[in-house]
Amino acid sequence: MNSTLAILAILDGISYAALVFLVSVGLSLIFGVLRVVNVAHGSLYAFGAYLAATFSLAIAPISPWLTYPALLAASIVIGVVCGGFIERFLLRPLSGQEDVLQLLITFAAFMIMDNLQRLIWGVQPIFAAEPLRLLPNVAVFGVSYTSYQVILLPGVALATLFGLRYFLRRTLLGAVILAVTEDREASTAIGIDAKRVYFVTFVIGASLAALGGALASPTTSLVPGMGADMIVLSFAVAATAGLGQIEGTALTALMIGLTRAFVIYLQPEFEVLVPYLLMVLVLLVRPFGLFGAVQVRKI
Amino acid sequence: MQFLKAAVAAGLVVVTFTGTSLAQSKPSELKIGITTFLSGPASVFGVPAKAAAEMIAEDLNKKGGIGGVPVKLSFIDEGAGGEALVSNYRRVVQDEKVDATFASISSGSCTQLVPVAEDLKVMNFMWDCGAASILETKKYRYNFRTQANGTPEMLAVLLYLLKTKPDFKTIAVVNQDYAWGRESWEIFSTALKAMKPDVQVVAELFPKFGAPDYSTEVSRLLALRPDVVLTTSWGGDLDTLVRQAGQRGLLQQSTFVLGIGESSIQRLGKDLPEGLIVGARGDHWFLHPEKKNDAAFKAFNEAFKAKTGAWPIYPVYHMAQAFKALQTAYDKAIKSNGGNWPTREQVVDATGGTEFATGFGRPITLRPEDNQGLEAQLVGVTKSVPGYDFKLLDNIMIFDPKMITNPAGVRSVEWLKTLKPDFVKMDVPTFKAQ
Amino acid sequence: MSGRIKPVTTIALIFFLVSAVGPLLVSSWATLFALILAKGIVVLGIILLLQAGQVSFGHAMFFATGAYTAAFWGKYVGGGDIVLFIALGGITSAVFGLIVGLFVVRYREIFFGMLNLAFSMVLWSLLEKMFHYTNGADGIRVPRPALLGLSFTPETFQYVILYVSLLIAVVAFYGVQRYLDSPLGHMLRAIKSNETRLEYLGTSARRVLLIGYVISAFLGGIGGTLVAIIQQIATPEFGFWTKSGEFVFIAILGGSAHAFGAFAGAAMFECVRFYAAAHLADTWQLILGVVLIVIILYAPNGLIALRQRYGQAKQGGH
Repeated sequence: MNSTLAILAILDGISYAALVFLVSVGLSLIFGVLRVVNVAHGSLYAFGAYLAATFSLAIAPISPWLTYPALLAASIVIGVVCGGFIERFLLRPLSGQEDVLQLLITFAAFMIMDNLQRLIWGVQPIFAAEPLRLLPNVAVFGVSYTSYQVILLPGVALATLFGLRYFLRRTLLGAVILAVTEDREASTAIGIDAKRVYFVTFVIGASLAALGGALASPTTSLVPGMGADMIVLSFAVAATAGLGQIEGTALTALMIGLTRAFVIYLQPEFEVLVPYLLMVLVLLVRPFGLFGAVQVRKI
Repeated sequence: MQFLKAAVAAGLVVVTFTGTSLAQSKPSELKIGITTFLSGPASVFGVPAKAAAEMIAEDLNKKGGIGGVPVKLSFIDEGAGGEALVSNYRRVVQDEKVDATFASISSGSCTQLVPVAEDLKVMNFMWDCGAASILETKKYRYNFRTQANGTPEMLAVLLYLLKTKPDFKTIAVVNQDYAWGRESWEIFSTALKAMKPDVQVVAELFPKFGAPDYSTEVSRLLALRPDVVLTTSWGGDLDTLVRQAGQRGLLQQSTFVLGIGESSIQRLGKDLPEGLIVGARGDHWFLHPEKKNDAAFKAFNEAFKAKTGAWPIYPVYHMAQAFKALQTAYDKAIKSNGGNWPTREQVVDATGGTEFATGFGRPITLRPEDNQGLEAQLVGVTKSVPGYDFKLLDNIMIFDPKMITNPAGVRSVEWLKTLKPDFVKMDVPTFKAQ
Repeated sequence: MSGRIKPVTTIALIFFLVSAVGPLLVSSWATLFALILAKGIVVLGIILLLQAGQVSFGHAMFFATGAYTAAFWGKYVGGGDIVLFIALGGITSAVFGLIVGLFVVRYREIFFGMLNLAFSMVLWSLLEKMFHYTNGADGIRVPRPALLGLSFTPETFQYVILYVSLLIAVVAFYGVQRYLDSPLGHMLRAIKSNETRLEYLGTSARRVLLIGYVISAFLGGIGGTLVAIIQQIATPEFGFWTKSGEFVFIAILGGSAHAFGAFAGAAMFECVRFYAAAHLADTWQLILGVVLIVIILYAPNGLIALRQRYGQAKQGGH
């Protein structure tokens, strides 16, 4: 492998990492605040992708540039409607109950959404590449890349990372979320409405998953089963980083993305194995993840 | 142990009882159990095939059914997972008592169901699955394949490539990582090595089945610059690969060979450029050069298009073949039974060696030695034609199955190794678009 | 919720009786009930761990281990016997469970679940990618084995495997219930209620959990071997995370307070799937999801608790 190929692999790794980060960070955020592993996260990703494709196929004939706001709109709709529903009607009634019930009810949501997705959008692959076609290709050492994948996706991922940081550290709502994460009883005692915080966090996390799906939709065929693969990958990333670690999730996504790209260049057989092997190795040494600290809960 | 024996004995009684209740008199309906993908990625084949089955059955019943008996269909979803598939298959055979089954699309399902059919003594047509090995390792009585298998399918594509682009030096493969992806490459590469040993294989990529992203694979191929890229992927996977490769110029840089691309042409629409070599898993093309002016063929295609919104793809024609084979076998069995309704065993006896013709392609023979169907193979190259919003096939070649199918009793790979460079020189008719 | 309520035992007996007799009347039930029983055996292992408050979201790895043990034997050694397969499947999984267990019993709750998931996904990727050994995603066929040297016709075989599953299920059911009532079982529960106190009493919580974990891996392996024999195939799907989720799902559906919950849940799950797949084609997942949500929200202790709640004695869970 020479340095040219290494640079190509790095570019591929980054664009892959960007998508994985968007989905994993939502999962991580939800866990950090609600202490729930949201198994339906992959379905939110899939729903985001499908709705975005539906929107952008509908709006592209009017103006192709409107497909970008359509992607964003689709992810917010899914985040608010589906995410809101799951939090309000499935998770909230279970607050204070055993963790396994909360986890399992999101598993039930996953099964239902997986089925609904087939009923709503059918089983034929859907493809809506309009947003990607709008942007030109860039050539790196004679190899052509779409700027959507090597510039836009990493850009959105970075913006999300810094946006979340800013939101949590610099805004009132963010501070409230952090406070509830740190100590729910104390926050409730000083008048914070924890229920609302949970709801808002879940909706944000769900919207991020849907955004990941929406941004993926121009690059891939939407097919049944796309959610089931994404949830365990994003879970692997979030857990390797340490659940609730936002910056850690970004670094881990990058690490997994790059490793995967290099593996495809050098030893493609092991591509699928990489994230899970990393996860086992990291968790055995550091059960709280690479960036997780024992007991101190951070988001 | 005593309890077990008693229970087994009781079970036997029930089974024997149901087993002997076979009637010789003409039944009120002929039941067919069909496994097909109604969910999961392979429903791109399964859903059109189901529509075809319903259409064909309706048409058949309008004309009096098979031997005067109307057919009745039950469908089983292959996408519901192995457990559900086997238990539902058993239910359809044992409870609904179907007279024959058509199973399946996936070679995985076939591998699971073929022994079950043999166990339950029900005639089964492997109507779409392509793994050659199933019929090569064992001689079955109740299982037949009403179409070709992976060996002639891939060999035809390779011969087409060697005939039309004889000078390529390097090749790469991107196949789905499951039996078909691996086996089709084994067939292709073995034959390639035998017929053109100087070609260098520069990359063998087997991304996970259903992989959503091939960006890295595309980058690697762009850097490697192989003369030819082969893929036998299908469905959403092929769509994604072709589009991601097209967006980044890979389709223009290398000659792409889509081993079973016929089923994706309409869906890919304008994203598919000209000049790609496309195989069809048989002589299946809705503008089949030898049949396109045939009224029945045209009527069928039009009706299918009206019903589903798309022109038929190869699984549709494969479904038609299974029906035609069943009809021909029953007619044969009725005739040899002096015009009386045959027993199931008589039908099975009659099926071996049957030749049948759907009229949608060349006739097919079920080779009696191993129950393998001999089916012609059609390969062409994509071309834009005014009036269609997707590519059509041009420079179509149709290969004679007798020349490109391994002889019964010889395993595919062993036979492919014996091929010589001269093999390419076989005479094959070429059809140009008008 | 003490697990010694008589009506549950009665219902369990009725259930096992129905599984023994029902398939003689409706032949397609033979495979259905064999699957229910085999899965019930796996879920017994999940219920065991649930006593300690631990949820394994990777238990399918033992299920797959058992299944592939039979498959590899058939592929590389040839022949085989049901008894041999089950013994081998159980032992291999138990050994694998011991190795994985040594690592995972150090962790609790979400970390326990995560690590289990990670291990199972590694196993799944290996089964999926080591094409030349495992035949990849298509899996390996498991030819119909003999039983104690006797071979059977296919018709008889489905009953043979049904009664073998039933026998093992009854033994496992009885064994697990005894275990839960034993001091070791109470110690397992103590991990959930108060682990520190358990340690103060001079007992190693890790050791207690490890024993439970190995037993549960053993049961998972046996269940997996049975399913592989019933279906005559082992595929990587057996070890995918959704399979693990399914087992936890069945455990919660049935209820974890009593060993019978495993079978009540499995019966409900498989019947819904079987009949919904047959009659409503493409909505079985939806139906199961809704059933699960209703159970979690309105009867969090599962089906077996439902009966206790309403004092109904009749219903076999199918």
